[in-house]
Amino acid sequence: MQSVIELQKPVEIFSSASAVGKAEFEGPLGDCFDFHDESEKFGQKTWELAESELSHNVLALALNKAQLSHSDVSFLFSGDLQNQCVASSCGHVEEQIPFFGIYGACSTCTEGLLLASLTLNATKEQNIAACVTTSHNSAAERQFRTPIEYGGQRTPTAQWTATAGGAFLLRCGTRAPHIVRVMPGVMVDGGISDPNNMGAAMAPSAAASIVSYLRLTHTRPADYDAIVTGDLGSEGSELLSILLKTQSVDISEKHLDCGKLIYDPANADCHAGGSGCGCSASLLSAFFLKKMGAGEYRRILFLSTGALMSPSSVQQGKSILGVAPVIEIVRGEN
Amino acid sequence: METKEYQALVKRRAARSPVVKNCAAAFWCGGLICALGQLLIYLYTLAGMQRRDAGTLTTITLVFIAALLTGIGVFDRIARYAGAGTLLPVTGFANSVVSPAIDNKSEGLILGVGAKIFTVAGPVLLYATLAGVVWGVVYFIITLFV
Repeated sequence: MQSVIELQKPVEIFSSASAVGKAEFEGPLGDCFDFHDESEKFGQKTWELAESELSHNVLALALNKAQLSHSDVSFLFSGDLQNQCVASSCGHVEEQIPFFGIYGACSTCTEGLLLASLTLNATKEQNIAACVTTSHNSAAERQFRTPIEYGGQRTPTAQWTATAGGAFLLRCGTRAPHIVRVMPGVMVDGGISDPNNMGAAMAPSAAASIVSYLRLTHTRPADYDAIVTGDLGSEGSELLSILLKTQSVDISEKHLDCGKLIYDPANADCHAGGSGCGCSASLLSAFFLKKMGAGEYRRILFLSTGALMSPSSVQQGKSILGVAPVIEIVRGEN
Repeated sequence: METKEYQALVKRRAARSPVVKNCAAAFWCGGLICALGQLLIYLYTLAGMQRRDAGTLTTITLVFIAALLTGIGVFDRIARYAGAGTLLPVTGFANSVVSPAIDNKSEGLILGVGAKIFTVAGPVLLYATLAGVVWGVVYFIITLFV
């Protein structure tokens, strides 16, 4: 049975960093990210290694900002989109931090923050956990779709996997923006098997999570300054709104979607918006946590949405499952 | 909302590709490539080649241009606009072979390029060859009676 876990010790995100590739940097929030690489190679020979380097670099920067070193971190929760989560493992091998490789497709960022919060609550008070999430457009295209240089046209509902990464450092506390409640997501099968309409595949899980969360916490959309979904894109966001309306929930004034925010809508390649687990991770760090730091948001719901599938499952006609874990973040106390 | 109802909603809502615009782009881009091919045939013939050799050399030239454009990362940008205009002529075939070759170079010449070069063009190669064999047999049977 699904339940909301009230953290006995709130977990603060006391440092974070973000990095992106070219199209994301050219997007409307380009200036918010900590660094970017136009070549998207991050100094490496292959796209896969580039993503590992991105994962490594964002964590190093988050640590640098907090003037900490890798040895100060007790747990690392890291995930990406590559087969067997290899971008994360290769990127963090030298750091010698106890490692949890996680896969939640595009929900990985929230999943990692949720698991880190629970781990910190169950272990020594002074422990520090790190969460890193990345996705790389070229590495994902190769794995899930067609060769990068293949010339073809995409459908209007298709989304663009973001080359992006976000790293977060967490510990028990309330001074920085902190996670107070979490809710693991339940997988939802909306019966959608079109990989070019992932927003539609994920929207039912986002709707289910939002409805459950509001019901279980006895709260209303008006109690939050923003309800942020991961990467439903423009199509998925509208479907979410339709699905919620059938259950008499209206979040239209509070809803923001990372997939809609990350790219310039005029960028013809991005169609329905961004996707990839780095999309919500980079924007949580570069945009939402900054807004909370500046006092613009006091309380937000953050739910990255994951489309669970593989190239084989799609080719075999299996529908794409959605999952949307939720974390509730409250502004820091100073 | 029931799954069936949701599937119908998604299907109804999903924006369709702009067919008329895509067809128009494909028509003039594909036409341009064919016109270029025709021009090449004229030029090769003018240079003193037999009509048949000029045709073969034209195909080779177009494949070369498409492969080169794929290699320097331009072809996919043109194809995003031109669609079937670049896909249907021999240029599309060249791109479908060269792009996985470039992509899989990182896994080495045998297991990367060698094993994966036909991941996109494979079905075309297989079924075109198969269709040729079938037609060959049919043709053979016909010639027995005619």
